[in-house]
Amino acid sequence: MADPVSQASSRWRDLDKLLLRPGNLVGPNFDPGTELRDDLQEYAKVLVVGAGGLGCELLKDLALMGFRNLEVIDMDRIEVSNLNRQFLFRLQDVGKPKAEVAAHRVMERVSGVDIVPHFCRIQDKDLEFYNKFNIIALGLDSIEARSYINDVACSFLEYDAEDNPCEETIKPMVDGGTEGFKGHARVIMPGVTPCFECTIWLFPPQVKFPLCTLAETPRTAAHCIEYAHLIKWDEVHGGKPFDADDPEHMQWVYSEAVKRAELFGIPGVTYSLTQGVVKNIIPAIASTNAIISAACALETLKIATSCSKTLSNYLSYNGLEGLHTKVTEFVRDKDCPVCGPGVLLELDTTTTLQKFIELLEEYPKLHMSKASVTYRGENLYMQAPPVLEEMTRSNLTVPLFDLMGKIPKGIVHISGTATKNDKKTSCTRKLRVLFKVIDGDTDMDTATGS
Amino acid sequence: MAEPKTKYDRQLRIWGEQGQAALENASICLLNCGPTGSETLKNLVLGGIGSITVIDGSKVEVADLGNNFMVDESSIGQSKAKCVCAFLQELNDAVKAKFVEESPEALIETNPSFFSQFTLVIATQLVETSMLKLDRICRQSNVMLIFARSYGLTGFVRISLKEHDVIESKPDHFLDDLRLNDPWPELQRFAESIDLNATDPVIHKHTPYVVILVKMAEEWANKHGGCLPSTREEKKEFKDLLKSRMIDIDEENYKEAIEASFKVSTPRGISSRLRQIIEDSSAEVDSSSSDFWVMVAAVKDFIVNEGGGEAPLEGSIPDMTSLTEYYVNLQKIYQAKAEADFLAVESRVRNILKRIGRDQDAIPRTTIKTFCKNARKLTVCRYRLIEDEFNSPVLPELQKYLTDEDYSVAIGFYILLRAVDRFATNYNRFPGMFDGEMDEDISRLKTIAVGILNDLGFNGSTLTEDLTNEMCRFGGAELHAVAAFTGGIASQEVIKLITKQFVPMSGTFIFNGVDHKSQLLLL
Repeated sequence: MADPVSQASSRWRDLDKLLLRPGNLVGPNFDPGTELRDDLQEYAKVLVVGAGGLGCELLKDLALMGFRNLEVIDMDRIEVSNLNRQFLFRLQDVGKPKAEVAAHRVMERVSGVDIVPHFCRIQDKDLEFYNKFNIIALGLDSIEARSYINDVACSFLEYDAEDNPCEETIKPMVDGGTEGFKGHARVIMPGVTPCFECTIWLFPPQVKFPLCTLAETPRTAAHCIEYAHLIKWDEVHGGKPFDADDPEHMQWVYSEAVKRAELFGIPGVTYSLTQGVVKNIIPAIASTNAIISAACALETLKIATSCSKTLSNYLSYNGLEGLHTKVTEFVRDKDCPVCGPGVLLELDTTTTLQKFIELLEEYPKLHMSKASVTYRGENLYMQAPPVLEEMTRSNLTVPLFDLMGKIPKGIVHISGTATKNDKKTSCTRKLRVLFKVIDGDTDMDTATGS
Repeated sequence: MAEPKTKYDRQLRIWGEQGQAALENASICLLNCGPTGSETLKNLVLGGIGSITVIDGSKVEVADLGNNFMVDESSIGQSKAKCVCAFLQELNDAVKAKFVEESPEALIETNPSFFSQFTLVIATQLVETSMLKLDRICRQSNVMLIFARSYGLTGFVRISLKEHDVIESKPDHFLDDLRLNDPWPELQRFAESIDLNATDPVIHKHTPYVVILVKMAEEWANKHGGCLPSTREEKKEFKDLLKSRMIDIDEENYKEAIEASFKVSTPRGISSRLRQIIEDSSAEVDSSSSDFWVMVAAVKDFIVNEGGGEAPLEGSIPDMTSLTEYYVNLQKIYQAKAEADFLAVESRVRNILKRIGRDQDAIPRTTIKTFCKNARKLTVCRYRLIEDEFNSPVLPELQKYLTDEDYSVAIGFYILLRAVDRFATNYNRFPGMFDGEMDEDISRLKTIAVGILNDLGFNGSTLTEDLTNEMCRFGGAELHAVAAFTGGIASQEVIKLITKQFVPMSGTFIFNGVDHKSQLLLL
């Protein structure tokens, strides 16, 4: 048997070509050598968000690109319809948490890699959890979840006096997405390249059918299905919520849609279409997920090691008609409320925390309700869980100025519910708070000393 | 066993049961099961490909554990083909998986007829000499072939087969066929039955835009000597005319009509894309012609006769604001015309089959129907033999790639990927495999690459030093992420070829893992 040292070096024979040798087409401060590989394995921590089609691939790819410290977060359980692409899952795994099975399978096959699974919602983790990672890789299929993680990653970003991002506070993200034969991979360096919010127009909100069309002038099979799902269900079941995962509910919607289609002479209602429309199913295949995840994993390695140039900053892939790949360099929105220097809020030194939280609901760029407030990692007020709420409740009557150590300006993080496109979403924001100085009211010693 | 319909639900929504059946009937051969090959197959096995045969003569080494997910510590010293095959089988028990422990190079050399049993061969990590031989073998026995290669931060994917005809190309955006400026009598009559000046606001705002445009186009033509709006000013004027007929600012149907108003100006007759196909020499059919070309010949006859210069009507219409009754009637009118066109084409198909001495019913009705429905979207893909491309590339294209900055890295990698194989023939290893010979290897590789360019009549100085150095730095490494990328592309193309849906890539895809500005080179 070979000794462990030479075994390690021969195992990474291929990767070492990239990490141990100098090159001309590399990133800034590339410092090739065995130390680079060892540091990658020892110190680089990557969080994979989502253990679905992209997440499974990402975990495998990262483990085989030399990363050893991985964590994965996903709230879903394995379903039969995942098996055509989520290759870490087998039929007997159906019903088990995705994150746990995925982590287990990759660790089983790639020795030395450590993957910590988190079977929970992304909102269940606090900022501290997210802050411990060097890079966050996103394998998600929803705009809301991307927005949330983007908010979190950008909340760590700090700017210096000249409004330049402080490098050590940049939390890089690599994001992938697929739909059928199409997909994208992008690199987000908050403060440097556009964040998800800067280019939110890339994801236009889904168009919904007008209710009057559904009720009065249906024309397509989808109209009949949505009529049964959105109007008829409530009429008949008054109050009982519709559950898309309950086959009996789905069957009911389907048969109502068939009746309606017959009434109007509209063809095309099938059970499969009913599921597709009601659950807004996005078609997905293994190969596209593999392509997009591979691009994301490669970029993750480059961010961690500088072993090559990085994608700047958005790759789109379309395999429908021939094969088209395109790199677009999107630009930042200088006034982005998420990755910019922060929304500026001017307050009186007497403003209480309670009053401050109320102001957030009214503030034009925020419209945030039920906000929790943290300052430098300390919880000033938490809406939940009850224990924390009780612990922090007494702060509500205290002026924010006092809670922040009487400094003239500072950054607080708020998280709560914002209304976007008539939809409530949870989000976090960074606020630059500036206190109007009233003569003799500020203790300068405290301000400079903190 | 899982209900296949549920298991494959997310892909059935893309290629349907017919596409799935084609996959389940396909028999695939993989040459070399390093990460590039095994990742390609993984994506196909998950999707339920019929059978796979993995061919690789090597044993699993420690270095394989660093880039191949389908082997693990317990596999060391065993046949790589066997280990990879076992893992793939675990992914989907509906797939018939087998392996042959033999070197692909040897098999190509000694048993060329072996390949004729497969639907498609995926050849990964083959060097030039074996590629050229295999290409000829597969071309001769009519087996589809796809090459995939991962090399450091570059690689390529290239399809090779004589001809691939696509009926269901399913493009994302395609102009619908509404015949607004040339309505047939039934559509004309339907439009006439609706009064655009209806005083009932419900009717007015629920008159489908197809009817609005048919009538307004006619009105315009009557006032303009039979011509339709063609200049920018005229098109704008036409839109204003539409706007003037609105009786309320939020009439969605008129907004849709304004948005779709350009459709009245689309030229009549068939597209250049379809013209090229019907004028192809293969459309002169005989007993050896494929069903596809027999149907092309029938459509060609249809266009000059019953079609009056137009292709068979597709028959489907987009959703639009309308009373249910109007919409359903409109749908029926388009479908009836499509059915009539199909019947005309069908009888032409039967006549042609008879004429060329085949069974008149050799082509099923459903196939002809699908063909008619997709007549405007037909696609024919042809691929050169690799050897022809290497010996006589399309010079104007090559010239363009060598001078256009967008292509400089891709064409550089293309030449260097060929150069490393010649290097390997000379030195029995890839350049930069050993740290000690780096400098010598760089200049040796450069000489070979410049030689290749010179042979093609181009100056070797277009090749940058950076790229040559980078190629030696790669030292023949097969990185997992690069393999997963090229393997992913290869499997995507295999799916398109086997389902005969969507359009496969043309030319050679050169992967650029440095900044992801990959390119397709049409040489």
